[in-house]
Amino acid sequence: MSKIITLRKGLDINLAGAASKRLTVLPLAEEYGLSPLDFEGVTPKLLVKVGDEVKAGTPLFFSKADERILFTSPVSGTVSSVNRGEKRKVLSVTVAPSKTQSYEEFPKLDPHKASREEIVGLLLRSGLWPMLVQRPYGIIANPSDSPKAIFISAFDSAPLAPDYNFVLQGERENLEAGLALLGRLTAGKVHLSVRAHEEGEMTSLKGVELHTFAGKHPAGNVGVQIHHIDPINKGEVVWTINIQDVAVIGRLVREGRVDRTRTIAVTGSEVADPQYVRIIAGARIDSVLGGRIKPQAEGDSVRIISGNVLTGARRTMQEFTGFYAHQLTVIPEGDKYELLGWMLPRTKKFSVSRAYFSWLCPRKQYRLDTNLNGSERPFVVTGLYERYLPMDIYPMYLLKACMAGDIDKMENLGIYEVVEEDFALCEFVDPSKIAIQQVIRDGINLMIKEA
Amino acid sequence: MSNLRNYVDRLKPAFSKGGRLSFLASTFEAFETFLFVPNTTTAKGAHIRDCNDMKRTMIVVVLALVPAFLFGCYNTGLQVHLTGFTAFLYGLLRILPMVCVSYIVGLAIEFYFAQIRGHEVNEGFLVTGFLIPLIMPVSTPLWIVALATAFSVVFGKEVFGGTGMNVFNPALLARAFVFFAYTAHISGEQVWYSDWTMLGARVDGVSGATALEHLSTTGELGFSPLDAFLGFIPGSFGETSTLAILIGAAVLLFTGIASWRTMVSVFAGGLAMGYLFQACGVTDYPAWWHLIIGGFAFGAVFMATDPVTSAQTDTGKYIVGFLTGAIAVLIRVANPAYPEGMMLSILFMNALAPLVDYFVVEANIARRRNRVKTAK
Repeated sequence: MSKIITLRKGLDINLAGAASKRLTVLPLAEEYGLSPLDFEGVTPKLLVKVGDEVKAGTPLFFSKADERILFTSPVSGTVSSVNRGEKRKVLSVTVAPSKTQSYEEFPKLDPHKASREEIVGLLLRSGLWPMLVQRPYGIIANPSDSPKAIFISAFDSAPLAPDYNFVLQGERENLEAGLALLGRLTAGKVHLSVRAHEEGEMTSLKGVELHTFAGKHPAGNVGVQIHHIDPINKGEVVWTINIQDVAVIGRLVREGRVDRTRTIAVTGSEVADPQYVRIIAGARIDSVLGGRIKPQAEGDSVRIISGNVLTGARRTMQEFTGFYAHQLTVIPEGDKYELLGWMLPRTKKFSVSRAYFSWLCPRKQYRLDTNLNGSERPFVVTGLYERYLPMDIYPMYLLKACMAGDIDKMENLGIYEVVEEDFALCEFVDPSKIAIQQVIRDGINLMIKEA
Repeated sequence: MSNLRNYVDRLKPAFSKGGRLSFLASTFEAFETFLFVPNTTTAKGAHIRDCNDMKRTMIVVVLALVPAFLFGCYNTGLQVHLTGFTAFLYGLLRILPMVCVSYIVGLAIEFYFAQIRGHEVNEGFLVTGFLIPLIMPVSTPLWIVALATAFSVVFGKEVFGGTGMNVFNPALLARAFVFFAYTAHISGEQVWYSDWTMLGARVDGVSGATALEHLSTTGELGFSPLDAFLGFIPGSFGETSTLAILIGAAVLLFTGIASWRTMVSVFAGGLAMGYLFQACGVTDYPAWWHLIIGGFAFGAVFMATDPVTSAQTDTGKYIVGFLTGAIAVLIRVANPAYPEGMMLSILFMNALAPLVDYFVVEANIARRRNRVKTAK
């Protein structure tokens, strides 16, 4: 058994609406969609038009910056719309699925024998390549790179996050095939991090270097794990991938077709029966949440989030589950005024500060809404952000460097080691209500531009 | 609630952009958000937020100051030979004009700057405006308070960009302004006593040196240590009672708003320097006397811990705190011209804190660089 890495910093926000361990397999949705906005820095070039017939695995668009990177349809059917926003920016490409699914044929590979070129080619053509995300920067991996190592987190510590031990039941062979394949992509190791005492069967997976983490969120963030296993230095590139996506890749090499079926957790205080559902990625959200949201009082509304409450993307019923999302969360909107709220005890709200009383009831499950709970201010409080970032990084200095656009300082202070999700808790606790994750993303994008 | 909300909503258009009162937009916004936490929701990133905000943080600091304030009221009456509730009432009436002047002048300037910059009004002055009367002698003329407040807000804060950007603690800067510009009003034996004849106070001929002056001239406290700790001594309005200040410290430390690292280090630094002088034979009184007289405790608890002007790294807080305490005692002992070393010491360390942080952060950068070397 490997040594347990215990993180003392962090925070578990105890929210109401955790998914119970029951799985419902949902029928095909009316529509599936793929949004270029799910991918950082991707400008799409369309390969299909409305009315085209596509199979599961047929390319819908590619990335203008690197035309090898294809984005393929998760289902077979007819391209039903191309939704555009301002300046004709593509928001999503949608496909109405056919009753019986047909698949593009891909070669079945033996992960232990296939060459690197074969593997990269297969992942690129099948549209699964974007599952590989590189650090630094948190963008789609460059197929020409040979990463120092590949890091996978086998658990998600975010609020209401899915339990991958449950999600990946029955996927063992796919997981093993996927991991073996990934092992061929790097000269270094494939690192798999599990949660202490909740390892499940992950510890018996072969071909990986196993690490055990204990502690609160963000212990499950792969960036935090990298920092404690083998931190990224200037000039180094590592890749990361979600553990369920590894199984999807395994399915591709074993079956020779793109089957984007995945299990997601439907969570949040406003979901009537929070549980796990099995869907094909990109399903229109109403197919998942229709009839599952608790009735709201007049004037109240809900926020639908593809992902978790700290890092997810805001969605409507007519939009689609995200490419990287393994969770849907529904919480109340907080678009209400609160009379003298900042003076009141506010027992229904949560705070890490003992200026409120959450510390009195550590087990309470909160039904938190989306209110900002204040107005934006300059940085005033110090020493707070450090407690929620378990890395040897000075968060406020890095944030100020990002705000100032000083790339030398950003580099010195550790921008290569972080992506926005690592700062999600800092943003959550910030009494100055600064959009910290956006500051980090802007800083990273500046680094990419200047590099 | 909904009636009040409807009323505010009816007023709002006039103050919004293009409205006839739009030149008061920041002022309106300040009062509106005072009454109502805004309905702003998160857009992306963290969809839920901690319910702590700047207003709550600042109001807790104000609450922590209340024990010192209440005791200051009582002690002001006590020093002019009143007792019990009359003493408290006398002190309260005596200090209220100063509190009002400080808030009115300071907030007026804050609102003005917020408006011309198109910013929202920051809450920082809620604390600063309360601190200023607490660290002045009770008989400071109101025009001096007004001038000092204006000076500190404009030159201590707004010229740097407002709350969060200032180098020096604004309240302490106000006191330093008085100290250097109107020395006669902040030193001597008269200024520590109220000169108002009301409620039967006997103000004629009341005068006396503070414990600090006793200590620097005679090496004696001039009061019993217990009186000094409890605060029954002359001094600036809110600084005399170490006990009341420690109650405030407990609030700040429990809520985590002030850094225990800074606070503990300041006391440790003061004690260490005091003992050093004692060991060298420079002084022959106990080192801990320094902690219970003058502005030492008040400065350690409420001023040195100001997150904006103190060190911003945890390591830096230990260093800056320790030096603050040590230098305060050094000034008190080595330079009899400035019996109150705490003010100068904190301001001095405010100026040095960024330098200390710089070295702490450089160490972090060096660790990151060395990692590359060892990896290769």
